[in-house]
Amino acid sequence: MIKKTGNLNKNKIISRRLFVLVAAKIGLLGIVTSRLYNLQISQKQKYEVLSDKNRIREWKTPPQRGIITDYFNNVIADNQRVYQVHLSLEEVSNFNNSIFKLKNIIGLKEDEIKKIYEKKEKSKPWDTLIISENLSWKEFSKLNLYLHELDGAKPVLSTSRYYPYADDLVHVVGYVGDATTQDIQNKKKIEENFVPGLKVGKIGIENSKDTDLIGNHGIKRYEVNASGKKISEISYNKETQGENLRTTIDLEIQQLAQELLKNQAGSICVMDIYTGEVITMASSPTYDPNKFTHGISTKDWNEINNNKLRPLLNKSLAGLYSPGSTIKPLVALAALEYGIIDTKFKVNCKGHDHPYELYGERYHCWKKNGHGLMSMRNAIKQSCDIYFYEVARLLGVDKLSLIAKRYGLGSKVLEDFFSEEKKGIVPSTKWKKQVLEQPWYLGETVITGIGQGYIQTTPLQLCLMTAQLANGGYKIKPKLIYDKEIDLDKIKSKIESEKNKSVSQNILKDHEFKHYERLYRNPNNLKLVLDAMYGSTNEQFGTSFKSRHNEDKYKFAGKTGTSQVKRITDQDRELDLDLKEIEYKSRDHALFIAFAPYDKPRYSLSVLIEHGGSGSKAAAPLAKKLIKKILDRHELREKIRKDLKNIA
Amino acid sequence: MILSTSLNSTSYSFFDKLKAVDYFLIIIVAIIGSISVVSIYSTESGNFSFYTKNHLTRFLVFFSMFLVLSFVRVSVWYRQAYIFYILGILLLLLVIFFGISASGSKRWINFFIMNLQPSELMKIAIIVCFARYYHRIQSSDIQSYKYLLQPIILLLIPCYLVITQPDLGTAILIAGSGLAIIWLAGLNLKYFVYSGLILLVSLPFVISFLKPYQKSRILTFFNPDRDPLGAGYQIIQSKIAIGSGGFLGKGFLQGTQSYLEFLPEKHTDFIFTLFSEEFGYVGSMVLILLYALLIYRIIRIGFSSRSFFAKLYCFGFASALFLYIFVNIAMVLGLLPIVGAPLPIMSYGGSSMLSIMLGLSIVMSCKIYSRDTIGN
Repeated sequence: MIKKTGNLNKNKIISRRLFVLVAAKIGLLGIVTSRLYNLQISQKQKYEVLSDKNRIREWKTPPQRGIITDYFNNVIADNQRVYQVHLSLEEVSNFNNSIFKLKNIIGLKEDEIKKIYEKKEKSKPWDTLIISENLSWKEFSKLNLYLHELDGAKPVLSTSRYYPYADDLVHVVGYVGDATTQDIQNKKKIEENFVPGLKVGKIGIENSKDTDLIGNHGIKRYEVNASGKKISEISYNKETQGENLRTTIDLEIQQLAQELLKNQAGSICVMDIYTGEVITMASSPTYDPNKFTHGISTKDWNEINNNKLRPLLNKSLAGLYSPGSTIKPLVALAALEYGIIDTKFKVNCKGHDHPYELYGERYHCWKKNGHGLMSMRNAIKQSCDIYFYEVARLLGVDKLSLIAKRYGLGSKVLEDFFSEEKKGIVPSTKWKKQVLEQPWYLGETVITGIGQGYIQTTPLQLCLMTAQLANGGYKIKPKLIYDKEIDLDKIKSKIESEKNKSVSQNILKDHEFKHYERLYRNPNNLKLVLDAMYGSTNEQFGTSFKSRHNEDKYKFAGKTGTSQVKRITDQDRELDLDLKEIEYKSRDHALFIAFAPYDKPRYSLSVLIEHGGSGSKAAAPLAKKLIKKILDRHELREKIRKDLKNIA
Repeated sequence: MILSTSLNSTSYSFFDKLKAVDYFLIIIVAIIGSISVVSIYSTESGNFSFYTKNHLTRFLVFFSMFLVLSFVRVSVWYRQAYIFYILGILLLLLVIFFGISASGSKRWINFFIMNLQPSELMKIAIIVCFARYYHRIQSSDIQSYKYLLQPIILLLIPCYLVITQPDLGTAILIAGSGLAIIWLAGLNLKYFVYSGLILLVSLPFVISFLKPYQKSRILTFFNPDRDPLGAGYQIIQSKIAIGSGGFLGKGFLQGTQSYLEFLPEKHTDFIFTLFSEEFGYVGSMVLILLYALLIYRIIRIGFSSRSFFAKLYCFGFASALFLYIFVNIAMVLGLLPIVGAPLPIMSYGGSSMLSIMLGLSIVMSCKIYSRDTIGN
């Protein structure tokens, strides 16, 4: 019985103890289920996002750049099919081995291999490395032959920038290259659309219009596993191509200009005098922008960089030159506008024996025997220096400076479109005091009158100056990109209404002009200057008479200029050496400005040949050829203009 | 009653035995087994290959074994209890000399047909051994030092052997199962409170003896983001998988976390995670409910048994089973540190399946021979 009660007791204890255990179990079960509830119901969304982040990885696909065309829709910057080899890092078992094999198959150079290793350092284990961007068909087919030995290597058909008229347009279009850290920092658009291998504009329109040209990258979403291997494509947001751009350039005229400049250093600019459309902006020598697309080789770079004629310098807008005698129409106009002289004013040019003298300094005319008694028209036509010494002295540099700036000198023609554009120097007494901290001497005014001394201009500025004289004295807005808002008829009617407006008192004071506003006081002054330029090209004794067109429809007016690069000493004058006998670097720059056709002006141009000698011999003949081409293509251009207007 | 205390005194006809079988329990085990096969099939992204085939074979073999061994008389287990225990210890010692190492620990012995993990068998052996041990001891004697010390030594030997493998998880489960029976037998509460306090005080000391990876696991448990790609990776990925499963789950074979291999150890310790990701809150609750029913049935059998051995065994096994399930699920839910404990029946692994089925067969034997009193 004792045992029995003991057993009963034991039974009770076990049951009681079990009860406690079961209670504890129920409690723990409660914790587990509430935890499950918390994870799967309360926090479901959070974990869903985390799960997607785990399994979905995005790959950005590079956008195609917009196409750039000339005014006639000729493609000048294209996207071309290229053969590339990519290496998918996650599929490579032995990187060194793969690179060694690739080296033998496609012939990688040591410096290229070094770059690949540098790139590999920066990439993530699931990234794809671009081993070679531009394989020849032969290399590409060889690669395909050996592909089975190369784990992770992928032959890829891609597109890259291609410039079909390579050398002819590099100074306008520019070129592209890999985005640097700076590029990414500076341009939001690049930052937003950055994809490894993305090309960005380095100079020219490619750089200025990068934001429009780049386009938007695409996104491919893949499901990946824990080791990053792609399992399946989930979605593909296709990349969008950048905007196509139509420039104002006429490819044929541009090509002719480059042809005319061949083997010389210089620039040719052509502009529509009403719309401001830059039709040609040639700079010589030039170079091949295609070499930059996939990274230029050291050899090619050195060749370009060490060329003494400086191909990298865009001479049209970053080359600074004394305008020489091309400034004379402006000096004459300023003097007339301010009423310093009238049309009857005459100066006697008596040759080198009797130079112009001022405070003991002697100033010579270029013509040894002198021009004789010169009126304004004759002085422009024959480019008499003595006349302009005197006019400049009477006018004063500050008034000259004001008018010169008004017609486009001393400021950037394309505003900030090209970062490399220079604004040049239009000197004044104030400028000299501020910049050089020296007083102005009258002698400096005298030489400024013939475009020497401190004055510095770019060829594009001279072209704009000519355009704003030729269009009757109205401010225009030069541009390189076609703008459908700019309408020729509207501009002409605006100018017409400006013409009849009464002139304000302030017209001769420093004043900010709006586009298409009239810049002159008295239309007769301008007429006289333009007429003198006509004489210069079309009448005997005119400095560019030899480059005239006899056919009426090609008749143009121009002004030569010869800009000294060093002071002419009495000894030089004595020797009067032939061009070829002077050292290249000491030869004068040859300049010529013109507008055509004379009776109904439409185009202006400037020609500059570095160290080409005299303007009449080296520059004006190029203008003659060019003007014929420009005018021959005028109808075609007008037709396109109308078509574009109708589309708009 | 007193007279009929001799062993095997009661005779059972075959029909009685069949009638006494708890079919409900068998059905629950079969359902959980089917779920486990389906889950392992899902870990292989729906391919009927290596793991699924192995798991299915093992389940079928051990399930049949469970049914057959159920008819072994419970008194046989009673008599062989210490042999079972000693066999377990011997096997654990064998592991030290002939064991197979995998991922840094030596836990298995190669038995040609399968790699046996003796520590899994020890989980059952300790329960059988303790049930027998306390079967005869009067509740009044239990508090004596002799009866206090003996079981502690019996418990410490296998725990030490398993910890040094090293396998902290299984050692904890063995210790837990043993303690559950000591508790059931009626050891005074104060001893549990004292030893609990001693453990708490010596905890920093114990931790200093832990292997670096074990320390890291514990630190990671308190802050999984400490090392998200290293030690914290498993628990973070497991929580993501379970959490993203939501109410109804991602669907069968649709669990991206496991399919895309973010989930580690998905066949074994993290099988619940995979199941929960694919079948959601509803599925998880159903599985937990099935386990609860299983435990309930075992406890019920314990109540209906007349011998203390059977009672202690059933209650002890039910508590141990609960402990295995709780530790595993709490672990994958991030409630406990990752210690490496399989989910009974669900996890891939022959030894675990073997020991659970063996344990269940003893339970069933208690049911069939419930009238046996084994000399109470």
